[in-house]
Amino acid sequence: MSGNPEPPVLNIRGLRAGYGQLHVLEDIALEVRRGEIVALVGSNGAGKTTLLRAVSRLIEATGTLEMEGQNLLALRPEQVFGLGLVQVPEGRQLFHRMSVEENLRIGANRRRDHAGVAESFERVFTLFPILRERRRQLAGNLSGGEQQMCALARALMAAPKLLLVDEMSLGLAPVIVDQLLVILAEIRDQGVTVLLVEQDVFAAFSVADRAYLMETGRIVRAGNVADLRDDPEVQRAYLGVEGA
Amino acid sequence: MSAAAGMAPRPVLLAARDLTRRFQGLIAVDNVSFELREGEILGLIGPNGAGKTTLVSLISGTFAPSAGELEFAGQRIETLRPYRRARLGIARTFQVMKPFPGLSALENVTVGALFGTARLSGRAAAREEARALLDFTGLGHRADQRAEDLGGPDRKRLELAKALAMRPRLLLLDEVMAGLNPVEVDEVVELILRIRARGITILVIEHVVRAIRRLSDRVMVLHHGEKIAEDDPATVLQDPRVIEAYLGKRRQ
Repeated sequence: MSGNPEPPVLNIRGLRAGYGQLHVLEDIALEVRRGEIVALVGSNGAGKTTLLRAVSRLIEATGTLEMEGQNLLALRPEQVFGLGLVQVPEGRQLFHRMSVEENLRIGANRRRDHAGVAESFERVFTLFPILRERRRQLAGNLSGGEQQMCALARALMAAPKLLLVDEMSLGLAPVIVDQLLVILAEIRDQGVTVLLVEQDVFAAFSVADRAYLMETGRIVRAGNVADLRDDPEVQRAYLGVEGA
Repeated sequence: MSAAAGMAPRPVLLAARDLTRRFQGLIAVDNVSFELREGEILGLIGPNGAGKTTLVSLISGTFAPSAGELEFAGQRIETLRPYRRARLGIARTFQVMKPFPGLSALENVTVGALFGTARLSGRAAAREEARALLDFTGLGHRADQRAEDLGGPDRKRLELAKALAMRPRLLLLDEVMAGLNPVEVDEVVELILRIRARGITILVIEHVVRAIRRLSDRVMVLHHGEKIAEDDPATVLQDPRVIEAYLGKRRQ
């Protein structure tokens, strides 16, 4: 990708955001380039979810917030979604009393390219064969891992350019998390850029290209995953490695 | 009160024999037998949908078994209502934390102290107990905060304090580590070890392998409702069937 003059998929500079008078985020700088998986990690309460809410335009923010060079700050959430910035929310948030297929169709709700939607169905069913098998079942009756697959697939049905994935591993067996990480890399290889917010730092680092570490509303470190993994301070504060 | 387990065999606190639970056509828990000895920590792992939470619900009384027996401190309990089992000393936490909204952390724990085995009669005594438990779990400085305002790890501490306020002999922990980062996981592991050091027996469901490895005296594995392994953590976590069904290769 080097030497490519195109603007980053997501460009955040000097971003400040919060709730009413309370500033949760201060001077956030974060960049996600095309074809990357970027991890955002930090302890509970560090402000990761608030940052996702600011990016999705659910809360007020000031500073620079751009997607492919376009200013997002003036846009409403559905407009940001329309540009291809799609969130996979923490806790999956599926429609439990609707079938898998209906959930997926909702992901494509704003699309008018019927042929493209049919193609997206085929693509997600190839990525997640179990969802094809279960497409007539209620989403609420899926196992936790299958529900997470359904949430990822629903987001893919919106033909995203940038996926924001929040706590994908929550409550899932390790073997399922591993499967999801492999699929996430496949999704990236198919041209979707990914920002991954994750408490399981080991899992996040195993798939991400770069990572940002967040503490009390600020980015405190950023870099290639390989460098961060060897950083004693990162090992102590985020990985809990003994003796570091 | 020693924290060391597995020295001389301790008395059996909980015994499950051929425990089975069916939901219409589905067998969620299939003929599971195991024992928990006093002061022991038993880890319970398995893929999503393996029947772990159902097993905990059978012990706490939320569900009745379709077949099988449960014995707690020498008494058969499988037909007892949940509140009766709570008074005998069985407490549980839930995957989705449900603090009483609008109440402070202290008030949440006080509610627990008014029920359970202690059933402290005076509110003053219950509040005193609750305050001591908040201190014990590291939440003393958050006593007056509204429970729903507590963040991730503090919410887990509150859930543990609420359960401890019932003065349980057996504590059933359902995924209390979910959503914590590795450093926060280690803090909660330390807290659970201190709870065990008070003489409380613990059954812990967890997907965080580093926690299971550090906490458990023994680990039991469920898969499709059946017990497929039970042994010390090192042995279980190297078992090819467990790697195949649950752990995956990256954790090796």
